[in-house]
This record gives sequence, C-alpha cells and structure tokens, in this order.
Amino acid sequence: MTGSLRRLREWGPALVVLALVLVGWQLAIEAFDIQRFLLPKPLDIADTFWSERGQLWSAGVYTFSEAVYGFLLGSGAAVAAALVLARWRRVGGALLPYFVAANAIPIIAFAPIANAWFGIEKGSKIAIAAVLCFFPVLVNTLRGLTSVRPASIELMRSYAASGIEIFRRVRIPTALPYLFSALRVASVLAMIGAIVGEYFGGSQQQLGIIIKNAAALFQFETAWAAIVVACILGIGFYLAVALVERAAMRRHPSEQ
Amino acid sequence: MTGTEHAPAAVSIAGVSKVFERGGTHALEGIDLDVEPGEFVSFIGPSGCGKSTLLRIVGDLIQPTAGSVLVGGKSAHQARLDRDYGMVFQEAVLYDWRTVAKNIALPLELLGWDRRRRQQRVQEMLDLVELTGFDRHHPWQLSGGMQMRVAIARALSFDPKLLLMDEPFGALDEMTRERLNLELLRIWDAAGSTVLFVTHSISEAVFLSTRVVVMSPRPGRVAGVVPIDLPRARTADTREEPRFFELVTEVRELLRGRAGLDEAGAVSEEVA
Repeated sequence: MTGSLRRLREWGPALVVLALVLVGWQLAIEAFDIQRFLLPKPLDIADTFWSERGQLWSAGVYTFSEAVYGFLLGSGAAVAAALVLARWRRVGGALLPYFVAANAIPIIAFAPIANAWFGIEKGSKIAIAAVLCFFPVLVNTLRGLTSVRPASIELMRSYAASGIEIFRRVRIPTALPYLFSALRVASVLAMIGAIVGEYFGGSQQQLGIIIKNAAALFQFETAWAAIVVACILGIGFYLAVALVERAAMRRHPSEQ
Repeated sequence: MTGTEHAPAAVSIAGVSKVFERGGTHALEGIDLDVEPGEFVSFIGPSGCGKSTLLRIVGDLIQPTAGSVLVGGKSAHQARLDRDYGMVFQEAVLYDWRTVAKNIALPLELLGWDRRRRQQRVQEMLDLVELTGFDRHHPWQLSGGMQMRVAIARALSFDPKLLLMDEPFGALDEMTRERLNLELLRIWDAAGSTVLFVTHSISEAVFLSTRVVVMSPRPGRVAGVVPIDLPRARTADTREEPRFFELVTEVRELLRGRAGLDEAGAVSEEVA
C-alpha cells in the first residue's frame, strides 16, 4: 500500500504535467482555430488511435522488429569489435580515428542507397538501424575497456593472471557501465533508423510508410496516431534495455 | 623466522640498474641488497629516487636494464608465476563491483580455490584486519583506512612469501596511519612473511622495520642501510623512546649527507 502511494507521489507530478499539456493542447486548438494539418486535436488522435489500432499495431510490431534486429546486429558487432580493438592495441590505434570520424557521419544519408544494397523490405531498415547503433556502442565500449587504472592491471599481473583473466575480471566489468549507457542510446537510434529507413519505400504495413502516406493524404490524425505508436514502442525499448542494465549490474559477472 | 646461513635469501638484488627508454630517465644505479626471510625492510629516499621502481623490478612488473633479482633463489619472473608476491599499492586498488569479501577472494579465485575454502579464508582475513562483518560491503562504503586494510587482507590472503608495499599509507591521515602501522606489525608477526616497504616517512620506516635502506636521489643508489635494533615488539610508546629518536636522526643524517639539504627537505618528517 505504502509502496504504491510512494510511487504515486513520485510519478504524480509528471502525470499532472502530461494531463495539463494534453488539455492545453486541446483547448489551444479550439481557442486559436489551429488548422488540423498543423496540429490535430488530441481527442481526434486518440479516436483514430483506437479505431485503426489493428493496422497501427501490426505496422508497429513490424517496424519494432526491424529496430530490434538492427540493434542486436549493430550492438553485437560493436561489442565484438571493441573486444578485438582493446585486445590488440595496434589494430585499435590504426582504426579508432576512422571509427570516431565515422561516428560523426550522418548515416541516415545512406538510407536511399541502403535499399539497393540490402533490399527494399526489412533488410535495408535493419542495416541502417544496425549501422546507427554500431559506432556509439563501439566507441563507448572501447573507452570502457581501456579506461582501467594501470594499478588494477599491475595488481592482476602480480597474481600472474593471464591476459584473458584480466579481460574477464577487470576490463569487462569496468566497461559494463559504459556499454549500457551506449545501449540505451542505441535503442533510441535503432527506432529512428528503422522509421526513417521506411520513408524511402518498402511494404505498406510499416509505421514509416503509414506516417508518410497519411500525411500525403491529409490524414493527419492517422499520421499522429502512428507517431504515438512509435513513441510507445521506442520508450518501451529504452526501458527494456534499462531493466536489463539494472539486472546485469546487480548480478555483475564477478558477483555470482 | 630467522634465515640460516644456508637458506637462500628471501630477496637478493645484485647490480640492478634501470634506465627508462622513454625519456632516458636514469632511475636506479647498481643496487645491491640481500633480504633475509622474515625481515621487514623499508626503502626511503627523496621523490624520484627510484624506490617504487625498485619494488616493481623485484615484483617482475618492470624489467631491470642491468643486474638480476632472485626471490627465494628463483628468478623474479618465476616467483611471480609461482604467486610468491602480495602487492599493496599507494591506492587500495579495490574493484568497486566486488564486495569486500570478493575483493579479498580475488587472488584465491585465480589460484583455483573452491568456494568453501575461499569463504573460510576470507573470514580469517577479515578477522585479521579487524573488518569482521564488513564482507557484504562494497569498497566505496568504506573509509580510506578500511579500504587499505582490505587491500592488505587481499595481499595476505594466499600466504605469499613476499609482501611488496609501495607507500600503502601515504594517502592516509596521520592518526589512521599510525594505527595501521601497529596493525601491520601485528599482521606481519602473525603471517611471518618477508616485507619490502616503500615510504616517504622517516618515522614510519624506523617504526616498522628491521632495516631501513636509505636511497640517494636519481639515479637511485643505496646511500646506507640502518639496522633497527629496537625490540621486535613495538607499541605506540616505541615512538617516544630515546633510541627511536636516535635512529630517526641517523636515517635523516644519511638522507641529508647524500641527498643534500634541499632533497632531504622534500622527505616528509613526522617527528618534528
């Protein structure tokens, strides 16, 4: 009882703000006669969200699956690359400047080309999401793996620990907080990559296509309802990563 | 714990020199020293005299440019592989993601001890450093002095033949430091290992040691060795005995004689 009360007190202010914003939005449109192509009424969006829920959610699940595959592929490759680069410093020194530079490339610019490379269906969207995830995860994980204090390594060496043991017991645990903060960012990037990728074509049952087509046909309520679905899925994705993080940090590899 | 004439020296340093390739720093020049099993030998000298470097050479973490180190008759490298070293650094170097118990158990895990044996040993060690009941704590929940005691417990947990301590109490306040000095002596008595101890403090060196090695500024040489003939059982009162002051003066004179006034001034002196 006290737990739910405390939670209410914690989240209450935020929920009040949300309600105020929605009410203000609704009233502002009526008061200032804002055109519906600029901003539809929240109640109309909610209405569309409910009446078209079947199509919206199946498109959402489709897009979400692209984002998740891209996230897993990109982050997995990034972690593997970070381990290799941290293990063989020479290779890392030669490649890292390019990875850092690549991190600054607007990868979204490749989206139209990705259709030609990876197919117009799921492949190109997964690829864009994966590439978007790759660089931040790589750079952060590598920073974590190499930010170990020299004395920590000296201590392990004084115990005649092997390179692999030093990795397992010192470098990887040190890198975990870095990795997870990168994964949280990557979860957001994966959703962005999947939806923007969809703007450049593909099957009809994806959020990006629904948003694009609805906007072209002046069905703004539908476009906004699709955006709401994307937001819910994106926030859910982020929270899922945060939950895994909490579980992993509680049961750190060396803690069992 | 007295070494007989026939037993190999706990540590035998012969003609050790070190020039760092990077920067060409000449850190050590012609160090010769034998340490008997069970001795507590302190190294003192001005900043940059290479005493920490010497400790790392003994611990096989750095290779000497010339000369050799034997530890219990073996090469330093072999001794490291045989896990003969317990090292304590200036910082405690505890792993934040491990509890106190898991930090102490780290070398035991590397040695492949089973869980039950590890847990039992950790309890003994916690009792030894008077941290009983802190096993579930994480390092950041402890004070600096307690963290250092965990580091010492970890270094002792697997009964290493040689304890290498690099200014372990340098970052602590003086009261904590003096208390830990006493604890370290008690632990050393109980564990019976050989200790090499680097310090900036003359009084700490005299208080703890069976011998004090005074080093000259760069390149570090042995300026003199002062045997400490205070009774083995030392207490807080030891610091007030006339003989203690005489030895402190002797060490200080050696530092001054070879190091010059300026460098000797850089050495912290707790006996003002």
